Amino acid sequence: MAVCIAVIAKENYPLYIRSVPVQNELKFHYTVHTSLDVVEEKISAVGKAMADQRELYLGLLYPTEDYKVYGYVTNSKVKFVIVADSSNTSLRDNEIRSMFRKLHNSFTDVMCNPFYNPGDTIQSKAFDSMVSAMMVQAS
Amino acid sequence: MENKPIVTCAGDQSLFTSLYTSLAQQLPKEPMEWRRSYGRAPKMIHLEANFVQFKEELLPKDGNRALLTFPFLHIYWTDCCDTEMYKVSVKDGMLRWQSTLRLHGSVDWLIVVVESEAKKKNKTNILPRTSIVDKIRNDFCNKQSDRCVVLSDPLKESSRSQDSWNSFLTKLRTLLLMSFTKNLGRFEDDMRTLREKRTEPGWSFCDYFMVQEELAFVFEMLQQFEDALVQYDELDALFTQYVLNFGAGDGANWLGSFCATVKRWSGLLLRRPIDMEKRELIQRGEASLLDLRSYLFSRQCTLLIFLQRPWEVTQRALELLHNCVQELRLLEVSVVQGALDCWVFLSCLEVLHRIEGCCDRAQLEANCSHTVGLWTYATEKLKSLGYLCGLVAEKGPTSEDLNRTVDLLAGLGEERPETVNSLQSPYKKLNEALSSVEAFEKHYLELSHAAMEMYRAIGRMRSSRLIGKSLAEFYMKKGDPERAEGFLDDSLRSYVAEGWSLQVTHTRKQMAECQKLLQQTEDYLQTSALLAGDANLTEEERKHFYQVILTFASQAPTVALSMAAFAQLRQMQFSPPGAVVHVGAALQLELRVRCLMPVAVQVEQLAATLHFSLEQGGARGRAGGTQRRTGQGPQGQGDGVVLFPQGSPLAGAGMGASLPPALELYEMQDRSPSDSSLNSTGVVCKNMHLLLRRHDSSASLDTPTAGALPAAVAVDDGAQMLRARDITLQPGDNSILFTAPTGEPGSYTLRQLCGSVGRVQFVQSHIYPVVQYEVYSQEPQLTIEPLSDNLLAGIPQKVKFTIATGHYSVKKGDALQLSNTDSMPILHSSCCSRALSVQSSEKVTSISLPPTPPYHTLEFQLEVLCHIPPTPFKPDIERLTNGEVRHRPKNHSQADSGMIHIDQKVSIDCPWSIYSTLISLTFYVPFKAKHSILSTVCSQQSVFCLWEMRWVKHLPLCLQCAFSASFAPVSASDAHTAFKPYRYEFQLDRTLYSLKAEILPSSGDQHCRTGALCGLEVSITRQAEPSETEGEEEESTEIEGLRTTKLMYEVVDNSSNWAVCGKSSGVVSMPVAASATHRVQMEVMPLFAGHLPFPDIKVFKYLPHSAVPAIQPDTDSCLENDTMSLLDKGLDDQGDTASIRSRGSIHSVGSGEQQRGLPMPRLEPFSPGQVFYWSQGRQVLVLPVTDDHVMEVNVT
Repeated sequence: MAVCIAVIAKENYPLYIRSVPVQNELKFHYTVHTSLDVVEEKISAVGKAMADQRELYLGLLYPTEDYKVYGYVTNSKVKFVIVADSSNTSLRDNEIRSMFRKLHNSFTDVMCNPFYNPGDTIQSKAFDSMVSAMMVQAS
Repeated sequence: MENKPIVTCAGDQSLFTSLYTSLAQQLPKEPMEWRRSYGRAPKMIHLEANFVQFKEELLPKDGNRALLTFPFLHIYWTDCCDTEMYKVSVKDGMLRWQSTLRLHGSVDWLIVVVESEAKKKNKTNILPRTSIVDKIRNDFCNKQSDRCVVLSDPLKESSRSQDSWNSFLTKLRTLLLMSFTKNLGRFEDDMRTLREKRTEPGWSFCDYFMVQEELAFVFEMLQQFEDALVQYDELDALFTQYVLNFGAGDGANWLGSFCATVKRWSGLLLRRPIDMEKRELIQRGEASLLDLRSYLFSRQCTLLIFLQRPWEVTQRALELLHNCVQELRLLEVSVVQGALDCWVFLSCLEVLHRIEGCCDRAQLEANCSHTVGLWTYATEKLKSLGYLCGLVAEKGPTSEDLNRTVDLLAGLGEERPETVNSLQSPYKKLNEALSSVEAFEKHYLELSHAAMEMYRAIGRMRSSRLIGKSLAEFYMKKGDPERAEGFLDDSLRSYVAEGWSLQVTHTRKQMAECQKLLQQTEDYLQTSALLAGDANLTEEERKHFYQVILTFASQAPTVALSMAAFAQLRQMQFSPPGAVVHVGAALQLELRVRCLMPVAVQVEQLAATLHFSLEQGGARGRAGGTQRRTGQGPQGQGDGVVLFPQGSPLAGAGMGASLPPALELYEMQDRSPSDSSLNSTGVVCKNMHLLLRRHDSSASLDTPTAGALPAAVAVDDGAQMLRARDITLQPGDNSILFTAPTGEPGSYTLRQLCGSVGRVQFVQSHIYPVVQYEVYSQEPQLTIEPLSDNLLAGIPQKVKFTIATGHYSVKKGDALQLSNTDSMPILHSSCCSRALSVQSSEKVTSISLPPTPPYHTLEFQLEVLCHIPPTPFKPDIERLTNGEVRHRPKNHSQADSGMIHIDQKVSIDCPWSIYSTLISLTFYVPFKAKHSILSTVCSQQSVFCLWEMRWVKHLPLCLQCAFSASFAPVSASDAHTAFKPYRYEFQLDRTLYSLKAEILPSSGDQHCRTGALCGLEVSITRQAEPSETEGEEEESTEIEGLRTTKLMYEVVDNSSNWAVCGKSSGVVSMPVAASATHRVQMEVMPLFAGHLPFPDIKVFKYLPHSAVPAIQPDTDSCLENDTMSLLDKGLDDQGDTASIRSRGSIHSVGSGEQQRGLPMPRLEPFSPGQVFYWSQGRQVLVLPVTDDHVMEVNVT
């Protein structure tokens, strides 16, 4: 279960960002924004030639004392970032992967909506509820 | 670690000693493949051994599983070559040795028999050498003959000696490996068994730890660092799992010791291969969690460095530190506040020192990405320690802070002996940093800058800026806004550029604070304005920042701020929508603005400066020419609305830069210039140059954007402006109405928008898309146009006067003065206008105009008459007002109509001009007459004139013509006066009916024959449809809605060629419609053979009795003769006139009196030309009767 889920546009501005403890929202924004450094590093490390076969899942971007930040990049360079609580040790890599896959599918649905203007912030209810399902339930 | 596997040596010690050196050298030379159990991959291994003298104490007792001291192989050395000797002493020694081994269950042994040539030679009574070996094999190696090897001449340099060495070493190695496999396998099995017992009460992790570490040590001893590392990793994972289980509520007793309060936080110690202190603590079960973790990591670190994987050390270190913090939290271990920060800080630095110790500088720099995490972590921890110990506060630490510092430092314990003498150590650094405010600042800045530098070096700009931002916070705390500003600005720019609104808001708030302290009034106000309009802030915060602006507005000198923070332009709308007006006309501009302020704002003045240029509007005279302009603006919609592009609401002004602009699409129509038919149509993108520009994705981060620190705005004082005073802008959308100045003709472009709130001005320096309107000035215009398509000469015609007043206002008494001409009098009787009075004098017709304001249109009609010019009349005529006729070089008569036209010029004096206006009216002469006189007219001579009449349109049924000629005797001296008129009037009729006759031979015959009856078919066809007026001239009756006229026909043969049989005349009813046809069948008989002319067929108008008699006594005798009286017949009868009148029994109608008064129908002949006889003059071939007939031949 994630504490923060973000979708970031190719140009690195947030398309969607949601975090669970609302009072920490700013901190998560900083965390997600800083994680873009590692995302970019990982993308460029793959190299241009291999870009086609690149795995979308980037794995753990970096751990902090409290959180683990995972990354995923679509072929169109839209980034997904999931922040999980470090204390949540039951979270396996496979679960993170499947969360990203779900996120990607739902994002694809959003993009397919003819009323959605690519580049706009995501306001889809379906997407929102899908994200909510992946988040730690706020107590 | 200089541990090597132990091999014991028994037997001849001196022999062994002599061989030891070469043995120890040769053993590790060749690698051996070590095949391993449990599917582990085989490995090549270089074996070494520690050869020790055999003692019974070396053999492990039961239960002792120490592997490090375990003898893996026992060797018995002998050089005995004498059977006697063997029997007496050697065999006994071997037996003892064997029994001792067997007692301890050791089966890994080897007997080496060394042979030397020298020894052999000395003894004469030697058995063959094999016999001793055989004996030994026989005695000891009952089934394992390979347990006894022979080493020949080991100290000699011969190939034989070398061979025997090789085979010995191979054997030795093989046996060693076998022993390893067996003993380690057994050990591992035991270890596993122990591990399986971990759920049992009383199981101790520490005990197990020692066991598995033993295995790790052995692997390390065998240089199998990978395997050794695996042991530690397994221990690590096992411990981690226990902690997690504990966190999940599944507690293990032994974990209790790890949950004890942390009393020491001295950090990792990585400088020793084995930290025996900690190891002993673990062995005694007294280690804390940090102790265990530290020890475990120090071992892992040692092994990883052996494996030359230093970067894995840094990565694992970071994980470890994070993990430890989490685990302590999970186990709810109580820790002094700040103690963990100390531990982490020290550990980070220790790891970094360790890595620096084993890598050179270049390597370190190339691998910043691996170490930077630790640097950052250390920085963070030092920072939080600084805050905790009151080292950041402006006033310095309080006594409470100092106590805390002392407690923290106490937990570090004594400095370790390894680093006591070095100048720099993590221990010293922390001690120093916590000792004073200055020292802390020095160390903190040093670390921060190092981390930022590294991040920048590896391109992690965001991370670098984040540290910069926390530095800025530090400086702000220290009351040093100057140094904070740069970092804040840098961060803010990057957040704005990338559109992260929460960060933008947060940083901007810090920026506002900083600017306030720095007294950068303008920047502070600008930031406050941005914050007041920031939707991420609470209402209170926004109001607070708004209040800041208001406070300044009432006192400060004038400050100009960017409009973007204050309000966003949404749209502008012109009314009238064309945005093209004449001078002085009302033009309104509605501006829709979204005010971003949290409360209603009183704006004293909102003004838009106008840029005025003459270039377009000034030169334009006609309003019609400006039609093109609508929709010219980039966002022009044709309805005068200009929409302003909106940036993303999330990112505010800054986002405009990174988002591509919206498509601006227009419909494009290409029309043919001649008839404006559509050639092609399409869609055009107007801002293609912006859209197709290459976007540099990386550049977006570094481009300075207006949002962070708006470029200085300057208020420009334009002469003309749109102004709205004292407006209240509500939060959200507002509509403001401007009245645009239209005093001068020209083009006005909105340049700058400026709203004033007290002394604060909000300025938008450019309005894009371009908003402009045009003002034109129009000269008064007078046009005269015919009401109909063409003006005809000779008859009164209506013309329309249109006066577009333009800028001129028509005053009372203004009048148009038309110069009168003889050729075109103005008929004022028929003047059909409202308030016009027309006065004519001899030379001038004056039309007084009603007072009219400028830019209005005045229309009235006048009737004029253009006289047809007298003969001689030349076609190309242009008349001037003075009647002078000018000949044009070019023929202007219209080819299709064949009409001649006259250009009649009218000179008009208009009140607004001192010059006369010349207007040309073209009149067409309704018909064209040409004549040419072929000969001179002499007396007693006939002159024939031939005219061709052409009508363009409907031909009238009847045309009254008059031929007039002037004549004078040749002798007359003055032609002008002597001419006398001659006038002849006549009427031209149109063909009304055509008559067609056909004579058909009787059936069966090809030709008519004399005396045989033939059919005569007469068809009467109506040719023309009479017009309304002409219809009255004909007598017609309405029968069931169909107008018909009655005709009477008659067949007459004047030449006695034909005999009409049966009826010869009748009355038919013809519909009055074009090409209505009536057919009549009759019978005639030819009387002669030959080509006979057709009999005459005549038609008359048959007038009912009620009609007024129309027959006039005609002078034409021919007509008179043909007029028939049908008095004796039943005239109502439509039927035939039964009488056969082959010769036309004609009653002459002598006079009209006979008929007058009598209600009789009458016959009236058609005028000449009204009936066309098709068959006039036709002939038909009649054959004579063949048989009994005499043919008459006339010869002439």
